[in-house]
Amino acid sequence: MDICRRKDGLEISELDPFLAELLRQLPASTSPENSPAAQSRLFSPPASENEKEICAEWKLYVQPELQRLFRSATETVAADLQQLSGNEKTFANRSLFIPTKHADAWLRALNQARLIIAARNGFSDGELSDNYRSPIGSRRDLSLFQVNFYGFLQEFILRELIESPESSSS
Amino acid sequence: MSCEGEGITVQRPRRGSGAVEYPVASLSASVTEPTVEKSTESEEQLDVPWQVVVHNDPINLMTYVTMVFQRVFGFPREKAERHMLEVHHRGRSVLWSGVRERAELYVQQLHGYLLLATLEKVT
Repeated sequence: MDICRRKDGLEISELDPFLAELLRQLPASTSPENSPAAQSRLFSPPASENEKEICAEWKLYVQPELQRLFRSATETVAADLQQLSGNEKTFANRSLFIPTKHADAWLRALNQARLIIAARNGFSDGELSDNYRSPIGSRRDLSLFQVNFYGFLQEFILRELIESPESSSS
Repeated sequence: MSCEGEGITVQRPRRGSGAVEYPVASLSASVTEPTVEKSTESEEQLDVPWQVVVHNDPINLMTYVTMVFQRVFGFPREKAERHMLEVHHRGRSVLWSGVRERAELYVQQLHGYLLLATLEKVT
């Protein structure tokens, strides 16, 4: 996989089918459906349980706005990921272009997916910081790899598109 | 609040939609016609201070948290990093304190970035 900074975005080329598939799964991974743990992480309380009035108003007025914000970011990312669903050969490497103006949506969606996957799997701090973990051998390992891969991409977008949006390599 | 003693009566301020009438005190023991002084205070001034607290989360990247603090609070990078490290090492950091409405707005923005943030009364 190569990542190259362009004038108006980030180009990811030589994406092998496995990583391309992980990226295709990004929008679905942001959904907290059927997981109370993921749901409560996505909509964490704004104050302690004793502040009943604040928590009730939050649920009524703020949560719908947050839901809209999260949905909008996911839709933007899903539209960009259409680039990966062409009619090319299944095992061919793919390319993906992330426009600078979509950087925020990508950061939010990647972060959301990482939080949801981690909440669903209940990863421990040790698992999350284990950089020498053995190769993927289970669904859990795959999920952990997915969290780390999305994190890597998040770091790259932050560095290239948010912190130095003016510089470009071509 | 209503406390009586030594001839001094303090009445609870009446909270309305805007300014509040606030009868400060009346010295009923020495004055036949009690003088009621009126002053106005906004609801914000009457409110106790609140603080915005961000809690540690092992998933959120340190660089991402720093960026969010810079964006939401307008902190310079060094200050944002200092708070991020405080969250990381101590489990929480107080990012801002002041009136409740603004604290709620900050917490809403932080939740938009999926940080674990709460508002708390300053004790």
